[in-house]
Amino acid sequence: MTERTDGRAALERFLRTDPQDPGCEQVMEHLDAYVELVLAGADPELTYPGLTAHLRTCSPCAEDFDGLLALLRDASAG
Amino acid sequence: MTSAPLVGPSGRALDDDSANWLRCLDEASAERDEAIARLHELLLRAARREASRRAPRLRITGPELEDLAHQAADDALVSVLGKLHTFRGDSRFTTWVYKFAVFEVSGKIGRHFWQACDVRLDAAQWELLPDRFGMDPHEAAHSAGLMAELRRTVEEEFTEHQRRVFVAIVVDGIPLDALVHRLGTNRNAIYKTVFDARRKLRAALVTKGYLQDEAGGR
Repeated sequence: MTERTDGRAALERFLRTDPQDPGCEQVMEHLDAYVELVLAGADPELTYPGLTAHLRTCSPCAEDFDGLLALLRDASAG
Repeated sequence: MTSAPLVGPSGRALDDDSANWLRCLDEASAERDEAIARLHELLLRAARREASRRAPRLRITGPELEDLAHQAADDALVSVLGKLHTFRGDSRFTTWVYKFAVFEVSGKIGRHFWQACDVRLDAAQWELLPDRFGMDPHEAAHSAGLMAELRRTVEEEFTEHQRRVFVAIVVDGIPLDALVHRLGTNRNAIYKTVFDARRKLRAALVTKGYLQDEAGGR
């Protein structure tokens, strides 16, 4: 084995898959309810297990999450 | 005048605002046209904000950004009206609607990528892969064996589709939504292909001794 470095650690993280990951379809289906739970300070994993794991590794879905969260924060700010 | 629906199709109680939107957007409602116009305004505001939020990281500004927001709002309106019967009340109606605006902005940005960037599908810039994982030249040299085995696995053990998708997304750094647009598929299909490729690669690198196995294979 070669010495473990930061870049190598990033590669290892990328290659590690989570069997709980439900894929983009489930996230796209439930993103609205998931974001509302996050804003309410609740744990969305209890209702939608696996979605957090997906958002950690899928940058397009994470970008959509950030966007929806920002829209709701803007809306609630008036 | 009919009474306001108090529950959604799933039997879940709706908040007043969501119930009002559904009542006004009902095909039998006399207020439907006005409600559709309000819905479009809401979607356009959301699409503009989302497009503007992402704009600093994109090569889109001014009228082009405004045009993208309009296209996203128009297409989101079609999606919302077509899927109105699927709204279950799991969130507020406006949150559900915003979701479609965000998705459409993502899709439009994916399409715009090919207009704005001179990138070739299948460029296969393997020499850039270490940098994509943040390896400096010293680390890259140190991990040369690992990277060579990774490349060999992709080129020799992947299916043609897996190889094409992996190289585009991981090696060449093409945004996933841009590849979705180019291949005429959907985000889930591309993600699943990359997910399976990651698992396959990890297993191959563990077998060859470049990575350590972990409990549960994760």
